[in-house]
Amino acid sequence: MSRIKQRFADLKSANRKALIPYITAGDPQPGTTVPLMHAMVAAGADLIELGVPFSDPMADGPVIQAACERALEHHVTLHNVLDMVREFRQTDTDTPVILMGYLNPIEVWGYSDFSQAAAAAGIDGVLTVDLPPEEAGEFTAAMRDAAIDTIFLLSPTSDGNRMDKVSQLASGFIYYVSFKGVTGANRLDVTAVADKLADLRKHTDLPVGVGFGIRDAETAGQVAAVADAVVVGSVLVKQIADLVDQPDSIPATLAATVAELRSGVDSPA
Amino acid sequence: MTQATAESASQENYPDERGHFGPYGGRFVAETLMLPLDELNQAYRKYMKDPEFLAELDEDLAQFVGRPSPLYLAARWSEQVGGARIYLKREDLNHTGAHKINNTVGQALLAKRMGKTRIIAETGAGQHGVASATVAARLGMECVVYMGAEDIKRQAINVYRMRMLGAEVVSVKSGSKTLKDALNEALRDWVTNVDNTFYIIGTVAGPHPYPVMVRDFQTVIGRETRQQIMQAEGRLPDALVACVGGGSNAIGLFHPFIDDPSVAFYGVEGGGDGVETGRHAAPLCAGSSGVLHGNRTYLMEDSDGQISETHSISAGLDYPGVGPEHAWLKDTGRASYVAITDTEALDAFHGLTRTEGIIPALESSHALAYAGKLAATLGKDKIIVVNLSGRGDKDIHTIADLDGIKI
Repeated sequence: MSRIKQRFADLKSANRKALIPYITAGDPQPGTTVPLMHAMVAAGADLIELGVPFSDPMADGPVIQAACERALEHHVTLHNVLDMVREFRQTDTDTPVILMGYLNPIEVWGYSDFSQAAAAAGIDGVLTVDLPPEEAGEFTAAMRDAAIDTIFLLSPTSDGNRMDKVSQLASGFIYYVSFKGVTGANRLDVTAVADKLADLRKHTDLPVGVGFGIRDAETAGQVAAVADAVVVGSVLVKQIADLVDQPDSIPATLAATVAELRSGVDSPA
Repeated sequence: MTQATAESASQENYPDERGHFGPYGGRFVAETLMLPLDELNQAYRKYMKDPEFLAELDEDLAQFVGRPSPLYLAARWSEQVGGARIYLKREDLNHTGAHKINNTVGQALLAKRMGKTRIIAETGAGQHGVASATVAARLGMECVVYMGAEDIKRQAINVYRMRMLGAEVVSVKSGSKTLKDALNEALRDWVTNVDNTFYIIGTVAGPHPYPVMVRDFQTVIGRETRQQIMQAEGRLPDALVACVGGGSNAIGLFHPFIDDPSVAFYGVEGGGDGVETGRHAAPLCAGSSGVLHGNRTYLMEDSDGQISETHSISAGLDYPGVGPEHAWLKDTGRASYVAITDTEALDAFHGLTRTEGIIPALESSHALAYAGKLAATLGKDKIIVVNLSGRGDKDIHTIADLDGIKI
C-alpha cells in the first residue's frame, strides 16, 4: 500500500481529516526547506505538498509566483528538490510527500528516469498542474511503474465526463480546486464546494482534497466538514515572504500556523 | 519526434482531433480551462462551416481591414540585393498596420457569437494588443491587454494607441517582464473570469484549438498570395519567407502552399546578438522540445526545464516558444528555420526604407534580411515572396535611440 493510501486509511479509521500544507521547495533558500517540513509535521501536517519552482507558474497567484522567483534565485532544480526529500526521509519515513508543479521540468528530465529517481528519493505522489488527463497517458504509466501516485485536479468547470476521466487515471487522492482562479485568491464558497463534492463522490472512491482559498482555522474547518483533506498554501508562503530576512524563524512561525489550521481541521464546522 | 520524417508527405491531416501536430501541440492547461477550451473548439468548428459567419468575416476583412492586401514587386530593392525577384505581401497596409487584425477580427466575431462580453489579450510589440483593442472598440466590448513592463517601455506608441481605443493595458512585472509573462498573466485572468471572457491569443501557439484556429484566420494571407502571384507571374513562387515569433504570419503565408513541394518555406527567427552567443530568440534554431503555455513545442529552456530569457531587438519576436505547427514543419523538413541577428535586421530595415519607400516593422525586417541573402544566391528567374507582416511606425523610437536621436 502506498504511503498516501495508508495515511488516508489511518485517518479514516481515526475519523480524522488530513491537513496538507504547501510550501515551495528552496524558498526563500534551499537550507530552509527540510527543517520546515519536519516542523510542519510536528505541528500536525499529515502530508506535505512540496512545490517545484518553475519560471512560468501560470496557475499561481502573486504569492507563489514570488516564492518560485526566490527559489530560482538560488537555482533550485528538480534534482535539488529530490535531494531535499531524500534528506527529509532520513528521519521521517511515514509522512507522504507530494510534488506539485508544472510539467516542463519533468518533461525535460524524462518521465521514466524522473519517476525512478523520485521514488528512490522517497516521493509518494506527483501533481502537475498543466497536465490534464487527456495528455497524461504516458506520464501516468511511468509513475505507476515507479509506484508513484498521480494526483489530478478537478475544478468547478469539471463535468461528470471529466470527473470520470480523472478518476480513471488518478491515484492517492483527487485535488479539487475550490474556485475558478489562481492560488491565493479569496473566493472560497464552501456551499458550492460541498455541492460539487457530493457530485464527485458518485464518480470516485478516492479521497478528495480541497485547496485554493483556505486561509485560517475557520475555513479549514468548513472545508474539512465536506472533504477528506484540506490543502493550505498561499497563507503559509506569505508568512515565508514576510520572514525572508529572518529565515531561522520560519519553521517556528509556520509551525504555529499549521497548529492553528490543525485545530480547525479537527473541529469541522 | 523521430517518426516525424517518415510521416511527412501531406500536412492536411494535421492537427489531429486533440490538436496534435505529431508530438507537438495538444492541450496542457489547468483543469479549469479544459471545458472552456472544448466549448471554444466546438464554437469554432461550427462557425467555420456557417455561411453567415463566413460572409460576415469576409465583409469585415474587405471593408474594415482593407483586404486584399497588395502583392508588390520590390524591384529596386531586389536589384540592390541582387538575384531573385522579391515580392512583398503588404500586410503592413492592413488597418492597424499588421497581419494581427486578420485574426482578431475572426476571434472577435466568434466571441460575439459565444455571448462573451469581455476580451483579454497578451501582446509583445503591441500590434496584437492594438488589433484586439480595435475590434473590442468596434464591438463595444470591454478589453484588457496584458503587456510586459519591458515591452511597455519600448513600445510606448502602441500602449497609447490601445488606451485611446478604450483598452486597459496591464503592465506585467513578473519574470522577464516580456511577452511570455504577459501570456502567463492573461491565462491567470482567463482562468478567473472564464464565464464572461474570451481570450484572443495573438499567435499560432497556446492550447488547442488556438494554433489551428489562428492559422485558419491567417491563411487569408497565403490564399491571396497564391492568386496574386499566379496573376502576376503565371506560376507559383520558388520560396516564401516570413519572420517567426509565435509564427502566425508565417503559417498564414505558408499553409495554402503546404502541398506544393516546389515552394520552399523559410521561417526567420530573432537571432539577437547571434545564436552562438546564447542571447537570441530562436527556439527552432537552437532550442529543444518542452511544454509551455498550453502546448508542446520547441522552447528556449535550460537543462532543468526552466524557460530561458530571450533577446531580440524586436519585441514581437522576443518569445521563448513557437507555434507547434512550426515545430512539426521543422521536424518533417517541410520548412527551414533560420536566424537573423539584430544588426542584419536593422540593415534590411534601412535598405527597404531607402530603396522602396516602405518602412517595415523590425519583426518583418528579419524576414527581409533573410530574403535578401537568399535572393543573392538565386538567378533573376526565381521568385521569392516575403511576408511584410507589419509597418515600422511603432519602431521609430527604437531606431532613433540606436541612432542617438531623441524624438
